[in-house]
Amino acid sequence: MKSLVIERTDLEKLFSTLVGRGYRLIGPTLREAAIVYGEIKTVNDLPIGWTDGQAAGQYRLQRRGDAALFGYNLGPHSWKKENLPPSLRLFSAERRDQSFVIIEEPADELPMAFIGARSCELHAISIQDRVLMQGPFVDPTYARRRNQTLVIAVNCGQAGGTCFCVSMKSGPQATQGFDIALTEVLDGHRHYFLTEVGTTRGAEILNDVPHRAARDVEKAAAQRIVDRTAATMGRKLYTGGLKEFLYSAYENPHWDDVAARCLSCANCTMVCPTCFCTTVEDVTDLSGAHAERWQKWDSCFTADFSYIHGGSVRSSTKSRYRQWLTHKLATWMDQFSTPGCVGCGRCITWCPTGIDITQEVVSLRERQPGRKEQSDGEP
Amino acid sequence: METIPEKPFGQEPMSTDPRHFRAYRMKRRWQETHDTFTIELAAMDGSEPVNFAPGQFNMLYVFGQGEVPISISGDPRQPSALTHTVRAVGSATKSLRRLKAGEGLGVRGPYGSPWPLEGARGNDVVVVAGGIGLAPLRPALYELLHRRADYGQIVLLYGTRSPTDILYRKELARWRARFDLETLITVDRATDGWHGHVGVVSTLISKASFTPANTTALICGPEIMIRFTALALEKRGVTPENIYVSLERNMKCAVGFCGHCQFGPLFVCRDGPVFSYPRVKGLLAVREV
Ligand SMILES: Cc1cc2nc3c(=O)[nH]c(=O)nc-3n(C[C@H](O)[C@H](O)[C@H](O)COP(=O)(O)OP(=O)(O)OC[C@H]3O[C@@H](n4cnc5c(N)ncnc54)[C@H](O)[C@@H]3O)c2cc1C
Ligand code: SF4
Ligand code: SF4
Ligand code: FES
Repeated sequence: MKSLVIERTDLEKLFSTLVGRGYRLIGPTLREAAIVYGEIKTVNDLPIGWTDGQAAGQYRLQRRGDAALFGYNLGPHSWKKENLPPSLRLFSAERRDQSFVIIEEPADELPMAFIGARSCELHAISIQDRVLMQGPFVDPTYARRRNQTLVIAVNCGQAGGTCFCVSMKSGPQATQGFDIALTEVLDGHRHYFLTEVGTTRGAEILNDVPHRAARDVEKAAAQRIVDRTAATMGRKLYTGGLKEFLYSAYENPHWDDVAARCLSCANCTMVCPTCFCTTVEDVTDLSGAHAERWQKWDSCFTADFSYIHGGSVRSSTKSRYRQWLTHKLATWMDQFSTPGCVGCGRCITWCPTGIDITQEVVSLRERQPGRKEQSDGEP
Repeated sequence: METIPEKPFGQEPMSTDPRHFRAYRMKRRWQETHDTFTIELAAMDGSEPVNFAPGQFNMLYVFGQGEVPISISGDPRQPSALTHTVRAVGSATKSLRRLKAGEGLGVRGPYGSPWPLEGARGNDVVVVAGGIGLAPLRPALYELLHRRADYGQIVLLYGTRSPTDILYRKELARWRARFDLETLITVDRATDGWHGHVGVVSTLISKASFTPANTTALICGPEIMIRFTALALEKRGVTPENIYVSLERNMKCAVGFCGHCQFGPLFVCRDGPVFSYPRVKGLLAVREV
């Protein structure tokens, strides 16, 4: 892949080019004491000079000592809120005589450009693609959004306190799923973006943005940044034999231990970029002549989720946490040939009681009846 | 204001959205028991009937009231009389019961894996149903009887809670009169006038005549009944690979999107509802999977 350099001062031109071509920019911005993804217009909407301190159950905005544009890791939002909206009307219906007519939803307005997607997030997107557009059935709303969305990735310049993308082989360097990938380099007085082009669509956009070929020292500087990130992951997860282990761990005593701490609040599933579960709600207006069907995010942590006549299949918190973790790290592999976790750490950061998927796996391995002594999760 | 395309229900070309349905109208409805009824539906536009295989289900949508998975309970050789048998247990199934003849409803499907009738050829076939579980097995029975010569012994074992819960009474009476089909019925609780078997359906297994080594078994009913029945069949010598069970889970989409129907690695909507027993035996033994 050919590497280019875009100077910090020219980055605005990338944004204006995208806007000029009719893209709606979605990117990181400061809101409600967090860095979240929302509609942005210019470089100045980015969280310039801010970073996020993260630990189990903790998230804190902090000032950086520099003016980095992408000097944070991940907030509570993921791109799934754009690709698979939390609430979406699937259709409306009007009564006609004894029957009714269906009113289809109009197609979306402008195509989106995602600004600042991280490698783990690109992996999460391709995991959702497998679920919603690469199986026997295709979700047309999702597929339309995915096909028209442009993705500008950013390689992580630091590892977050709860990140473990290296363990999940999903980062920190973006290798797929982007049109353009940037590595932000702040080097003394210099501030530039080492730029890689992933698609012809990306190359075409760059025609309108000042850039030049990267020098070897610039390439090396960018590589050092990503290597340092990879070497300083906040968490790790040993995945060897994990699927087989979890299939054998349904009766592991540690599930009771997690259940005592888990509030079944569903936060972890809402922030997770791969969780795809939804429900539908059918509603009518007061006259009963107009009906709508809405699709909404759902969570395996709720009682309704598994309800069948007579009661919930998973009525205990233990069974719900077990379902969630086992799905992420074991059954997902058999369903979609990939784990359902990319190591973004959001579920750890945003769990009100600080439950840590990586730590729970270690504890499960330790407490598995009949396990060999001295294995601390690693061989 | 934007003009939103409005399409007459039932006349639009097949939508590309797998969550959209076709327009049907209620042709007839009759009560089977105090809480269970059968409906017959016809395509609104009079289009060709959609073929289905025994064991498959449809999603039925009642205007503004919800959508539920319901097995097709009619004869696969007469797909134009699209037939469903429904137990009214909650909001959507009760609104199905309120539908009047001529009224419209949405249908999408058929979905799911069928009973392995082809693979069972040459074998004895034991059909075990509990309660409403007879509905998804009835198309299989029709087909087995259509091709009676292809099979050895055919046995129907049916259990309900009480005599008033027995479905398809007239049909069962006809079947019991046949010499080429052994039909045994049991109830959990007998009431006055019941002279038949009392006890759970798995107790009928030892009473039926079939050759276990050459038997294919089809089971549908409450999960606990499925577990005990499969174990009892295994104990009598039926090969686990020849036992098939139909499972039930909450379903919102039926096409693998919503995640609700997961059972370990399986999506009941997409991989099931009919599974070969060895595929689910381990999971059935764990509580709350
Ligand atoms: C593959 C399949 C085939 C089925 N075939 C039949 C059939 O032939 N006849 C029949 O009477 N019933 C059948 N059922 C069960 C039927 O779908 C439920 O009784 C129905 O969904 C209940 O919905 P409700 O709104 O009336 O009940 P409510 O209790 O109001 O439902 C609340 C929610 O739980 C869900 N739910 C409740 N019970 C069940 C259940 N048993 N299974 C799945 N979801 C449930 C509903 O969809 C709804 O989302 C089948 C279920 C499945 C999965
Ligand atoms: S399970 Fe947790 S760490 Fe893994 S992708 Fe989801 S939110 Fe991120
Ligand atoms: S693991 Fe944490 S975030 Fe997830 S449901 Fe339990 S308490 Fe909530
Ligand atoms: S019912 Fe939605 S995934 Fe199976």
